[in-house]
Amino acid sequence: MISGTPPGHVPAIELRGASKVFRTPSGASHTAVRDLGLTVEQGEFVAVVGPTGCGKSTTLTLVSGLEEPTEGEVLVGGEPVTGIRPEVGFVFQQDAVFPWRTVLSNVTAGPRFRGVPRAEARERARDWLGRVGLASFADRYPHQLSGGQRKRVALAQTFVCDPAILLMDEPFSALDVQTRALMSDELLELWGGSHGGPAASVVFVTHDLEEAIALADKVVVMTAGPATVKQVFPVRLPRPRKVEAIRLEPEFVEIYREIWSSLGEEVRITRERGASRVA
Amino acid sequence: MSLESVESVGAPIAPTAPAVGRASARAKAARQRRLTVYAARVLVLVVVLVAWELMARNGVIDPFYFSMPTRIWDQIVQWTLHGTPQGSLGEQIWYTLYEALLGWVFGVAGGVVLGIGLGRVRFLADVFSPYIKVLNALPRIALVPIFLILFGLGPASKVASAVVLVFFPVFFNAFQGAREVDRNLVANARILGASNRRVTLQVVIPSATSWIFTSLHVSFGFALIGAIVGEYLGAAKGIGLLVSMSQNTFNTAGVYAAMVILAVVALLAEGLLTFAEKRLFRWKPGDSGSGE
Repeated sequence: MISGTPPGHVPAIELRGASKVFRTPSGASHTAVRDLGLTVEQGEFVAVVGPTGCGKSTTLTLVSGLEEPTEGEVLVGGEPVTGIRPEVGFVFQQDAVFPWRTVLSNVTAGPRFRGVPRAEARERARDWLGRVGLASFADRYPHQLSGGQRKRVALAQTFVCDPAILLMDEPFSALDVQTRALMSDELLELWGGSHGGPAASVVFVTHDLEEAIALADKVVVMTAGPATVKQVFPVRLPRPRKVEAIRLEPEFVEIYREIWSSLGEEVRITRERGASRVA
Repeated sequence: MSLESVESVGAPIAPTAPAVGRASARAKAARQRRLTVYAARVLVLVVVLVAWELMARNGVIDPFYFSMPTRIWDQIVQWTLHGTPQGSLGEQIWYTLYEALLGWVFGVAGGVVLGIGLGRVRFLADVFSPYIKVLNALPRIALVPIFLILFGLGPASKVASAVVLVFFPVFFNAFQGAREVDRNLVANARILGASNRRVTLQVVIPSATSWIFTSLHVSFGFALIGAIVGEYLGAAKGIGLLVSMSQNTFNTAGVYAAMVILAVVALLAEGLLTFAEKRLFRWKPGDSGSGE
């Protein structure tokens, strides 16, 4: 179900009939996603929800250029993705900050890899560390930080590269509930274009429907694996939002109920499959 | 084996004074425990040495084969004060250490470079892995005589023996380390714009260092073995030569004395390595490798 695009207009991300088949170590083939169609407009925040292990993350690796689709097309800015593009940022589910680098050095990594001179990279990194509230932690090592702080480092590490496209793979799933709400607010603030330029287009993968609705302009429901797009729901809640407050709005509850009726069925299918596999 | 009973008193458990802060009581208990452990360690050493000495003196074991601690000590003192037949003791130690260190450095450098290289480049790994397995299966210590013929009695042949012994453990660990790099870290680095070279230098090598370091500890021991065996088979100087000379004159105390000296050298080297490791791994949480 692709939202209609007016002619002559280039969406930020477009997947056309994309499929990805992995070869498992035992030689069998495993279809992670099939016939995926999805459009993300410039500056749009899209949340992708689906049952656990259905292939949501694969969608992101296809857009990022880390993996190539087995079939179909993935377009970023109207051009087919053939490798990793500099305008793409990726926040991973697990900790992916470099443990042997200090916080500051972690944030300078991106600019340095891209050939920014050391002094300028440090200046930009310090600026972003300030924005995520870690200015006084610049010389610490990641293992000395809490989970939430490490996630902030990861956000700063990604945002410092000024991504036009931001891919997030269940970034807050390892955090406790309170930290999670806080991080969601902070993410919205950072994304809200505090750096003047146009806001990034975001694809945010999560299995938490509440988080998805609170953050996104559009919620994409995936089917049980092999995943494909089941339904797309627009979320017309006003911005700026505060995730803790918005959850209580009657409109939010109504959207939640509507999307859950679609998602719940897929979750049930996945659960039954799991049960039959165990049995 | 019948150990002579040694009069010993266990560390008394002092009753803790009431109403002392719990923290200080706990600190005291920890200190007490540490002292007890050290005391027990010393005790074990003393018991073993005393038992050895007494058994050798009373003819339970033949001192001709087993020597005795006092004789070994006398031998070390004699070598230290009057020198060995091949020159001063310091010179012998320095020779062995020099050969072992040189071999170790070359072996480690080769092992790390090839290990990381093969770990990163799938094609090379596929081509070379059977050959490396074959080479590893060879009893490499048997190559030492060939090195003696090749490089003569000087240090070169010992260095070569140390290199072959050191290379493989380091290589396998570096290879494994390069293979086991967290895929997330590599993906993250690539997304952040790192080239392949940068990924190798700034992600693969740092994360493989803890693997490599574990092999460095073992491999320095191997380097010493390589140098000693080389010297034993034929040399002009070195501790290995001391061993073989002592053996030829049926001086078992000399053999043991040389072993003690080697053990001290190896322990010192190990200490230095641990120190370097601590400096290098400041980024790691402190729970690993406390060695207690």
